[in-house]
Amino acid sequence: MQSLLADYLPLVIFIGVSLVIGLALLISPFIVAYSRPDPEKLSAYECGFNAFDDARMKFDVRFYLVAILFIIFDLEVAFLFPWATVFGGLGWAGFWSMMLFLGVLTIGFIYEWRKGALEWD
Amino acid sequence: MAPLFPAFSVVLPEFILAAGALVLVLIGAIRGERSNGLVSALAVALIAAAGIAVAFQGGERAEAFGGSFVVDNFARFMKMLALIGSAAALLLARDFFQRAKLDRFEYPILVVLATLGMMMMISANDLIALYLGLELQSLAIYVIAAFDRDNARSSEAGLKYFVLGALSSGMLLYGSSLVYGFTGTVAFPGIAAAVAGGHGGTGLIFGLVFIAAGLAFKISAVPFHMWTPDVYEGAPSPVTAFMASAPKAAAMALLVRVFVGAFPDIIGQWRQIIVFVAIASMVLGAFAAIGQRNIKRLMAYSSISHMGYALVGLAAGTANGVQGVLIYLALYLAMTLGTFACIIAMRRESGQVETIDDLAGLSNSQPVLAFLFAMLLFSLAGIPPLAGFFAKLYVFGAAIEAKLYGLAVIGVLASVVGAFYYLRIIKLMYFDEPKAGAYQPMAPEVRFVLGVSSVVVILFWLAPASIVAAASAAAKSLF
Repeated sequence: MQSLLADYLPLVIFIGVSLVIGLALLISPFIVAYSRPDPEKLSAYECGFNAFDDARMKFDVRFYLVAILFIIFDLEVAFLFPWATVFGGLGWAGFWSMMLFLGVLTIGFIYEWRKGALEWD
Repeated sequence: MAPLFPAFSVVLPEFILAAGALVLVLIGAIRGERSNGLVSALAVALIAAAGIAVAFQGGERAEAFGGSFVVDNFARFMKMLALIGSAAALLLARDFFQRAKLDRFEYPILVVLATLGMMMMISANDLIALYLGLELQSLAIYVIAAFDRDNARSSEAGLKYFVLGALSSGMLLYGSSLVYGFTGTVAFPGIAAAVAGGHGGTGLIFGLVFIAAGLAFKISAVPFHMWTPDVYEGAPSPVTAFMASAPKAAAMALLVRVFVGAFPDIIGQWRQIIVFVAIASMVLGAFAAIGQRNIKRLMAYSSISHMGYALVGLAAGTANGVQGVLIYLALYLAMTLGTFACIIAMRRESGQVETIDDLAGLSNSQPVLAFLFAMLLFSLAGIPPLAGFFAKLYVFGAAIEAKLYGLAVIGVLASVVGAFYYLRIIKLMYFDEPKAGAYQPMAPEVRFVLGVSSVVVILFWLAPASIVAAASAAAKSLF
């Protein structure tokens, strides 16, 4: 147990050093930096012109829907790559497992299509 | 080691649900909202078919998928409970959702998928199968908890349940990783062998505690109960009925299988956890329910305390204790489904009502409903000769046998305190003046669920042998 923990000593040193450096850089400006704010300095900088509106605006929930649907089919492809590289050794069991997976996803695809999740309006 | 691809009969019930759910998605997607009634009826038929398949599986132990999926008498007993709870949740929902304009074909499909997850949980024989089943069940229930999505309370219920459920899954996974790290295997028999061989030590106990915490969330045992009242109150009533019945039974099955199947040799360690959780749940459930005015919140605290009573049987850690847990869960299923059928029946012209005061004077306007509701509440309080009394008798008997006298005494005292709030509802129904008119007539499906569960609760003492014998065979298959 002792030797196991000793293996982690460099990690502890690293965390300690990074904490010290990080905190020092964070705290030192408050102590040493020269500060004289004025309204122009404190306003939001937007390429030279005044800000049009608040950055916290509502935006369409359909962005999330599209993003989630994208992730699902992105993952599908991500699963296909490793499967394809070892396909030769997997045999029929591996083939049909992936076909089953794709079949289930296809049913999900039909569902989202029919529900109109792919249409913007 | 069992072959990777199973003998088909071992997974037939799960296959029926999985393939059926996909077909239902297709029917719903192609026919649209017209298919609501059809999908709902087919979902009940699927669950019935899976139930028949479970009933016809042999009594001997069979494994599949390299030993990570096991079917034995314990699994068959719990699967029947989960299937009955899910079918009842579908029956209770139909009329309710039509009136609330929430009738969508996704609800039956999600219930079928949740049921599939529960069946996986009950049959899980390693940590990965356990997690897969648990997540399939939880993800479906997160969605149906927020099914009334335009209602702020329902959305809040879904969100709360999701956030806390994700937290509990994280704890469960962390515990699983520790257990795997200290024993070198994820299979329950392998873990049991490693523990018996003296591997593990403190790290293993840490893992055990985290797994217990994750599962305690799912059965809403104190101190991981805080989501229960809000979620039960916010979710639509049929969904609450579902969450209070089938998933509780499945998660309890998982708890029993993990502790008895994977950690039988360190019973002294996990018994402390279970005893504490059981006492805390019984006491908090009994006291916190007293102040509740909303009947669904009250049922939430009631379910917390009932999970505490069921855990008393697990704390015993013997075959008799597990038998007590199984009988308790079977009878609790009947009581809770019957009670929620009554709650769903609380509907006036103006809509659903949920406060306890709305029950005042029910015995004048609807004597039959009042009588059945009173019997169910007497049973929940544990008054003989109703089913709830026998349920408590078996778990407390097992605790006495295992020399856990303190636990049994606290349990009996907590059930005396708990009887107060059940009796207060009965007093309201029988002795107070009604404030508003009678309820509207019940839907036939609700009437059916209420009738069947009342018969089980009231007449259990006439023929206890069937359930007790099945539970006994189921408990023996674990030891």
